[in-house]
Amino acid sequence: MSVRIFLIWLWMISTAFGQGFAGLDGKADGFSVPVAGKPLVFPDDHGPHAAYRIEWWYVTANLHGADGADYGVQWTLFRTGLAPSGGSGWSTPQLWMGHAALTTATQHFVAERLARGGIGQSGVTVTPFSAWIDNWQLVGTASVDAISNLDMSASGQDFSYALKLNAKGPVVLQGEGGYSVKSAQGQASYYYSQPFYDVSGTLNLPSGAVQVSGKAWLDHEWSSQPLAKDQTGWDWFSLHFGGGEKLMGFRLRDAGAGFTAATWISADGKPEPQTPGSLKVTPLETAKVAARTFPMRWRVELPAHGIDVTTTVLNSNAWMTTQIPYWEGPVRFAGSQNGEGYVEMTGYE
Amino acid sequence: MIITAFKALLSHWLRKPGQLATLIVGLSLATALWSGVKAINAEATASYDQAAATLGQDRLTQLVRADGERIDQRVYITLRRAGWLVSPVLEGDAQFGTLRLRLLGIDPLTMPPQSQSVAVAKGEDLLSFIASPSLIYASAETAARLAEQQTPPVRIVKGIPPGTIIADIGQAQTLLKADGKMSRLLVWKTQARNLVPLKTIAPDLVLREPSRASDFSRLTDSFHLNLTAFGYLAFIVGLFIVYAAIGLAFEQRRSVFRTLRALGLSLRALVFILITELLVMSLVAGVIGVALGYLVAAVLLPDVAATLRGLYGVDVSGTLAFRPSWWLAGLAIAVGGTLIASAQNLWQVWNMAILAPAQPRAWAKAAARTRRWQALGAIVLLLLSITLAKFGQGLFVGFAILGTMMLGASLALPLMLSTLLSLGERYAKKPIAVWFWADTRQQLSGQSMALMALLLALATNVGVGTMVSSFRLTFVGYLDQRLASELYVTGRTQAEADAIRAWLVPRSDAVLPIWNVERQVAGQPALIFGVADHPTYRKNWPMLSAVPDVWDKIAKGDGVLINEQLSRREQLNLGDEVMLPSSWQTHIIGVYSDYGNPAGQVIVGIDQLSVHYKDITKLRYGIRVRPEKAAALAESLRKQFDLPATNIVNQVDLKKLSLGVFERTFMVTTALNVLTLGVAAIAMFASLMTLAEMRLVQLAPVWAMGLTRRHIATLEFWRSMILAGFTMVVALPLGLALAWILLSVVNVEAFGWRLPMYVFPKEWAWLGLLGLIASALAAAFPVRRLARSSPADLLKVFANER
Repeated sequence: MSVRIFLIWLWMISTAFGQGFAGLDGKADGFSVPVAGKPLVFPDDHGPHAAYRIEWWYVTANLHGADGADYGVQWTLFRTGLAPSGGSGWSTPQLWMGHAALTTATQHFVAERLARGGIGQSGVTVTPFSAWIDNWQLVGTASVDAISNLDMSASGQDFSYALKLNAKGPVVLQGEGGYSVKSAQGQASYYYSQPFYDVSGTLNLPSGAVQVSGKAWLDHEWSSQPLAKDQTGWDWFSLHFGGGEKLMGFRLRDAGAGFTAATWISADGKPEPQTPGSLKVTPLETAKVAARTFPMRWRVELPAHGIDVTTTVLNSNAWMTTQIPYWEGPVRFAGSQNGEGYVEMTGYE
Repeated sequence: MIITAFKALLSHWLRKPGQLATLIVGLSLATALWSGVKAINAEATASYDQAAATLGQDRLTQLVRADGERIDQRVYITLRRAGWLVSPVLEGDAQFGTLRLRLLGIDPLTMPPQSQSVAVAKGEDLLSFIASPSLIYASAETAARLAEQQTPPVRIVKGIPPGTIIADIGQAQTLLKADGKMSRLLVWKTQARNLVPLKTIAPDLVLREPSRASDFSRLTDSFHLNLTAFGYLAFIVGLFIVYAAIGLAFEQRRSVFRTLRALGLSLRALVFILITELLVMSLVAGVIGVALGYLVAAVLLPDVAATLRGLYGVDVSGTLAFRPSWWLAGLAIAVGGTLIASAQNLWQVWNMAILAPAQPRAWAKAAARTRRWQALGAIVLLLLSITLAKFGQGLFVGFAILGTMMLGASLALPLMLSTLLSLGERYAKKPIAVWFWADTRQQLSGQSMALMALLLALATNVGVGTMVSSFRLTFVGYLDQRLASELYVTGRTQAEADAIRAWLVPRSDAVLPIWNVERQVAGQPALIFGVADHPTYRKNWPMLSAVPDVWDKIAKGDGVLINEQLSRREQLNLGDEVMLPSSWQTHIIGVYSDYGNPAGQVIVGIDQLSVHYKDITKLRYGIRVRPEKAAALAESLRKQFDLPATNIVNQVDLKKLSLGVFERTFMVTTALNVLTLGVAAIAMFASLMTLAEMRLVQLAPVWAMGLTRRHIATLEFWRSMILAGFTMVVALPLGLALAWILLSVVNVEAFGWRLPMYVFPKEWAWLGLLGLIASALAAAFPVRRLARSSPADLLKVFANER
């Protein structure tokens, strides 16, 4: 799910980092750097890691109304440290950014929030688990572990949602025990997921309230190093299979052949990292969104697990009109297996 | 034909370059004063608009506390966490070394898009803006003023109003000693649905609608109205010159008109040529005038800016921007003014019989008709003025009273002069004297315009002079009372201020704290001062009204004092209840005068101040010491604490400074006053020149009867002097009435204080003398020419009898 790194990296350039500051050349400038073999410790690692430059808590949900209509929901909180240490209160170097979205077959609602840490407007605490920016919240409700049961809510100008997330499986460590290598140069992040949420709750749309249920996926990832400069964009997939398996995969586009990576997660939560390049994604059909051309149907192949499916978007207009715009929306897929998931696309002109 | 006619008509100006010059000078001067004033106002208005729009408060609703206190940061977080999209602003006056500037603290992350007109904390600057030592932003002009002060790093950015500094809210909280406080919250236009009502989560806050007019423009309206009035006055006086010059040119070309018409030039073509000629000349004069106006504005603007800063605490850019709008307006008014001034003459040409000779008798008849209309107009205007004075209210009405009074009085002038001259005629015995008075009366219509201009200029001079002098006298006395302490010292930090106080106690007669907090009182920014219980106040404070034992009550905390401005604005008087910030219900036990300060002010006992407010600025002290010891004490204090010179001010310097601000305030007024008088003098000259040309016809018979040219010329001179003298006599009461209205109506509305009126007969005498000298000079040239005119010219009058 390194696409988010790219996203937040863009955001940092546009808001805080400039040439000559905080090294876009890949150095960590006093920030901590992820190291292999250091085990993640819970519940502490559910919380923020101020010593690292970038971090996010990222939830996507595929939901269904009583009438069978499909909905997608996104709840994201990004943290950026402008400096590894610094003042408190208003002069904290910790900045927070929230993105929320609600997608129906015909509409796509987006909201964005920015805040400074240190004054209580936004932050993440561990016990009890709570991640918030303004009135948007992702709050743990006591149970198995800090994040197994969450209340998730957000609102924008013309939408809001309030959902209950209930994990039916374990937390999944990505990469090697949570140490997720991102490039041949050795850039890496700490990264774990909780892809097993059952969801129920209410969506409030301009047309009225809708009771929904479905599945959700949470990622929590932190790192300090920006990625290579020749990357032009990403296509990222998180797929829930009918049989309970999950697939996280992405393609990195660059001047050359690009690069793909994936993790196969069995129904009982065992991660199985795939060798780079074994995932194959092929655009089948494009559409114009916000004056850019995006693939709207993808062929996704992972031969090692007999996967050959075609994804179809719920709403081609799932365009995030945030400060750094990108495409993120729910999909259904069919082929060797059926299921649903989320696709994120950035860097299309 | 038309071209030949054009050449014939234009040749007149070649033969009379002086006349052309008078016309151009008059019109350009009028345009210059008018457009200069216009330019100054435009510049100031632009500064206000910029200030109003800095954070989009002209477009955004805001949340403020109903009681005027600052908002607690926790309330802001509560609102945000309830989904309210609001962004904090902390505003106040911050001290940078010796400068006090308006500081705006903002949070760039939550600012609504409408308030991001200024490029602050964008991109890579965000970190340096929020992390210590945080950047502050200012305009180039303000940054230059800050250059010699100790400040955080300053970044220059366009679009910030002069005298304003933008900082991160965290930094602003530190600089303003307002930790965890905010002045107001900007409310985003787009809010989420189903917000928790304000009443539930922040009951102390109220919504304030966006206001297009900034507080500044309301505050300074009066000042600009004042300037505008002067601009129009100058323009009208200037038009008198134009009227006289054009009248002369038409009069002298009557024979040319006649010849051209007789040669077959159509009336339409003649009028077309004349209008074209006027248009060209007015455009040329307009361009010169606007250019001169720019100069006038550029010269006066720094003073205006200083005035606005000193008097209202409002910052206006001291440099003049080029604005096409007032160039065009200046040209338009020049052309329009010329057409108005020449309308009468054009009308006469249009209606003139083709071979019409000059008809002095018909002229005289027409003049009598005109005078009747003038009298009627004068009566209507003066009645209107009285009615307004009795029933009207407000600043605009104040100026309307002035306008109607001045215009009415000038229309009444010919009538009054004519009455006076009739009186003179009645008491005259000798034939020459009788002729003198009667002839003067007949001349009146020709000269009345110039005399009106003189009346306006003189009356304004008397009125404004009286106001300024009254103000100065009151102000000086007030300063003596108000600045009773011999020395004033300001510490740089709280610790230093405490140390200074401790050091001073054994070395002086008294150390009086001058502590204050800045708050909203009755919805307007105000300073609340705490004063110690000390004879200094009891003896000297400039009280306008107070209950008995007022200072004992202040010391006990039983009531507060307010300044005159607050009292008048909010109609608060002795005994009235007043609600001060932090829900402090108290009552008023005294009102004091507080000239030169636009804002409201409250004085409370020093203990009360500490009880009710926490963020008090406790840096300043007044020191009582025997005057002869003041300088030495100041010196040792400076050495002891290594204080910058500006932190210790002695009373004498402070008074000098205050008077300096005062003088600058009225510098512009005085300058415009003198210019107006100058324009009036030129008007006199132009009209006398016109008359002199036409006089020959009337003087020739008298000469033929045996009066010497010299004698006639002397009489002509005295005629001018008598008319000017009478005008001055009328101008004096008019000027005093003007002063009274300025002091008791306009000032109260504009500044919130009423001043006693003092009269200065000596100044009037000087002005009268000046006026007579100006008139004498204006009359001298035509009279000299008359005295030297050859008998042949006088004889020609009979030969050319028309």
